[in-house]
Amino acid sequence: MKLWHFNGGLPSLAEHKNESVNLPIEIAPVPTRLIYPLRQHIGNAAKPLVKVGDKVLCGQKIADAQGMISAPIHAGSSGTVISIADHLIPHPSGFSAPSITIETDGLDNEIELTPHTSFRQLAAGELVDLIREAGIVGLGGAAFPTAIKLNTQGKTIQIDTLILNGAECEPYISCDDRLLKERANRVVEGIEILLYMTGAKRAILAIEDNVPDTFTSIQAAIANNQNPIISAAQIPTIYPTGGEKQLIQTLTGKEVPSGKIPADIGIVSINVGTVHAIQQAIIKGKPLTSRVVTITGEGVNKPHNLEVRIGTPIKALIDVCHGYTKHAERLIMGGPMMGFALLNDEIPIVKATNCILVASKQEVVTEKQAMPCIRCGLCASVCPVSLLPQQLYWFSRSEQLEKAERLNLFDCIECGCCDVACPSHIPLVQHFRYAKSALKVQNHEKHLSNVARERFEAREERIARDKAERAERSRKKKAALKSKPAKEEIDAAVNRSKAKKNSTEGED
Amino acid sequence: MHFLTSNAPFIEPQNSIQKMMLWVLIALVPGIITMIWQFGFGILANIIICVSTALIAEAAMLHLRGRPIRPFLSDLSAVVTAVLLALALPTIAPWWIPFIGAFIAIVIAKHLYGGLGYNPFNPAMIAFAILMVSFPKSMTVWMLPYSMLPAESSFSDLLPIILDQQPKQAVVDAMTAATPLDEMKTQLSLNQTIDEIRSLSIFGSLSGQGWQWVSIAYLLGGIILMFKKVISWHIPVGLLTGLFTISFAFYLFEPSVTPSPLFHLLSGGAMLGAFFIATDPVTAAATLKGRFIYGVLIGLLTYVIRTWGGYPEGIAFAVILINMTVPLIDHYTPPRVYGHK
Amino acid sequence: MSFFILIILFAALGILLGYAAIRFKVEGDPLVDKIDAVLPQTQCGQCNFPGCRPYAQAIANGEADINQCPPGGEAGITALADLLGVEAKPLNEENGVEKATLVAVIDEKTCIGCKLCIQACPVDAILGAPKHMHTIIEAECTGCELCLPPCPVECITMEPLAKTLALWQWDKPTTSQQKVVS
Repeated sequence: MKLWHFNGGLPSLAEHKNESVNLPIEIAPVPTRLIYPLRQHIGNAAKPLVKVGDKVLCGQKIADAQGMISAPIHAGSSGTVISIADHLIPHPSGFSAPSITIETDGLDNEIELTPHTSFRQLAAGELVDLIREAGIVGLGGAAFPTAIKLNTQGKTIQIDTLILNGAECEPYISCDDRLLKERANRVVEGIEILLYMTGAKRAILAIEDNVPDTFTSIQAAIANNQNPIISAAQIPTIYPTGGEKQLIQTLTGKEVPSGKIPADIGIVSINVGTVHAIQQAIIKGKPLTSRVVTITGEGVNKPHNLEVRIGTPIKALIDVCHGYTKHAERLIMGGPMMGFALLNDEIPIVKATNCILVASKQEVVTEKQAMPCIRCGLCASVCPVSLLPQQLYWFSRSEQLEKAERLNLFDCIECGCCDVACPSHIPLVQHFRYAKSALKVQNHEKHLSNVARERFEAREERIARDKAERAERSRKKKAALKSKPAKEEIDAAVNRSKAKKNSTEGED
Repeated sequence: MHFLTSNAPFIEPQNSIQKMMLWVLIALVPGIITMIWQFGFGILANIIICVSTALIAEAAMLHLRGRPIRPFLSDLSAVVTAVLLALALPTIAPWWIPFIGAFIAIVIAKHLYGGLGYNPFNPAMIAFAILMVSFPKSMTVWMLPYSMLPAESSFSDLLPIILDQQPKQAVVDAMTAATPLDEMKTQLSLNQTIDEIRSLSIFGSLSGQGWQWVSIAYLLGGIILMFKKVISWHIPVGLLTGLFTISFAFYLFEPSVTPSPLFHLLSGGAMLGAFFIATDPVTAAATLKGRFIYGVLIGLLTYVIRTWGGYPEGIAFAVILINMTVPLIDHYTPPRVYGHK
Repeated sequence: MSFFILIILFAALGILLGYAAIRFKVEGDPLVDKIDAVLPQTQCGQCNFPGCRPYAQAIANGEADINQCPPGGEAGITALADLLGVEAKPLNEENGVEKATLVAVIDEKTCIGCKLCIQACPVDAILGAPKHMHTIIEAECTGCELCLPPCPVECITMEPLAKTLALWQWDKPTTSQQKVVS
């Protein structure tokens, strides 16, 4: 299969896959508590459908989607809702946000499911609704509501290529890899569903070339399925080849125009974990309540690949991994390049969680000293988006944020390649994140100022108008008084008030 | 259990300034060894004086500017500047030439402009240019290669010059001369033809005696650097292409009074400049397209200065002048961003 | 002879410059609009002018200094200094101090529905009617504090905006060479 290259990337990033890539998926036990932050997807937070004290079953919808870009949330096990309140969320800010907490009863009773084994008898639109109702979002980490991605009705551009993203390019993570090794048949069935829904002419399942066993497993499943338009591709192991835009470029040579989505060039890219969830939702009727997570790092005694109920506090999973070692230094949700560090292990697994990396001092860098930029340009040579991180750094540093925006700061995917390549150890991604969030707040404040200005000017106008109207009325009145004889006016007014007095007395 | 937090990426950076500078120094070793083989140990005197002066000056300036000394000294950038300057100076220059040169390079050309990463001009070349203009006599007396020396003479005979004393005139006459580039220029101005000039003993088969091997050694070192990805190919290839193209054009036009392109490429500071001096990241263009253009411009300007300018070697002044155009080059050569036309 | 050549040369260059001045002229916003775009539109009057636009006008006319706006703060003064090409200076303490953004909140138990605050608000951010409960529309309140003095029962307080995830910002990393240990 012909492959293209994206600019830059880190081909020699230490992969650390051996720690977990050979560990089969084990089912994690249901914990005593399940915690569901109401926003664990891109878009509006979900709205709770349950109250404190309600009893829920596994798979029951406990919060509904709000608006078009949103997703419902389902309970991971049966139990009682014990609180709907602020809880620490997995986010770099360390904030808390409204979350539903369920205390499980150990019975794990499930709702009645509605399987659709012959999905071709449903219309594509009905399948989209089923996926939306199942609460499925992008499990690769983006958590974008998948139903919106797959809703091709009314779109002018026909979907031509379906890409299944199994290129787990971040070090340490192997959850998608295990899924493809052990459940490839389900994934292929999921691809069939997606092909039917989108009408795509071909499907490519992409994995990196550092896991040849997985490639064999996928090829077997695809051969078994006997659909010639589904194929598997082995792509070079270069970080971040698993990024959606980079994967599309590698497999098709096309670039997603800035500000547009892949569907605008006839491509849909879905993570293989999401495909598996779609298959379970359509064929078995199961909503999204669990996912595979890799727990690894030198900070846990025994790394695992676990199928966990979404909402499980991280502590419960660490216990399955035989607890912390004495070297545990950081608790990272995600991989070491794009993940974020958490404050404590009470925080729950959410839909987007693919890895918990408990890192030791050797695995993370705890001491950073940035030297001045020596303008070596290594950052630009590794950037997969062909940006100029050096210039973005200079502008962010000197608070010339508009200039950074003009240099396409918002196209940055925050992959971290420039950080790792920089010989001066400058925290480049930090600068870009700061610049992006500062620009967002600045634009928001500008917007507020504009609205305030409009309101102020409208108010001034209204006051001036009132004044002018009043002046006009009193001028008219004065003119009217001058023209008519005064006595007639007064008599008429007296009669009017008499009539009014009589009518109100009559009513009493 | 509670944890401390930090920010992604969490892994150790792959590179460091120290590693890059160390590779530059390693790549210079073939050139230094060839210099010692052809011209004796004078080069070591230059290196020792330059490096020690540079380190002391850097430490002093860092202290005065209130910056942490250890990380800046250990990144070896001052050492590289000093060594490059030492290699550009005559091996028998009086000791105060490398001393003043290193002082100017570090204090004036580097720290007074803001220190590491902020200087707009190549520090070694600024120092070289100032020395060339201020002390032309000391800067144009070079030792002849061993292959041309009278029997039983060696570098130590010229040691007094380094110590700022005058040895016997006969010794000086027998063992020193202008560089081959200088000689070529002088002879051409005396209306000699190339064939006549090339038959002089100072010239070897490729370019100058002794100097041709030094240039090849620098070329070797430069290729090592490119393989280790410490420098990208754009500046060296650009510089050598520019120099080759313009010299080839004039050579085709009038071969009897124009040195061959090969002569230009292997003479003077062309190889050292292409791979080590012009590639100084702080002062070179930042974008890849820009770097190639930067290299080509230096190559062209070097030829112009060598042929029609007042000095026999043009690399130093060419580098400084083109350093001035770097912001403009960077502005007009941004890469095409993914997803944009 | 060379005198004439020079005259012709100067004339040609002059014509070229004149043409360039007209052909490449950049139409810009009037200065007042540019200054007004920088001001925060709080309409509080702390600058001693009745609103942001009059203050912008005064700056453009050279009648007011650039450091009289507390809600704009240091960032605002720097932006004005950049725009006008003058030196930035510290905020004039006589006009007020820079504070974090606050919004007004009416204590509904105490409000008597007198409408005096509604008339005072420069951006119509207070909802209410005579003898009916008044309330501040939080999204529109600019924190100008003009509603506090007219209230006869002093039921309005200024409170900081609740921190939301949507407006959370990453910290700026240090740009010096200090070691960051965590």
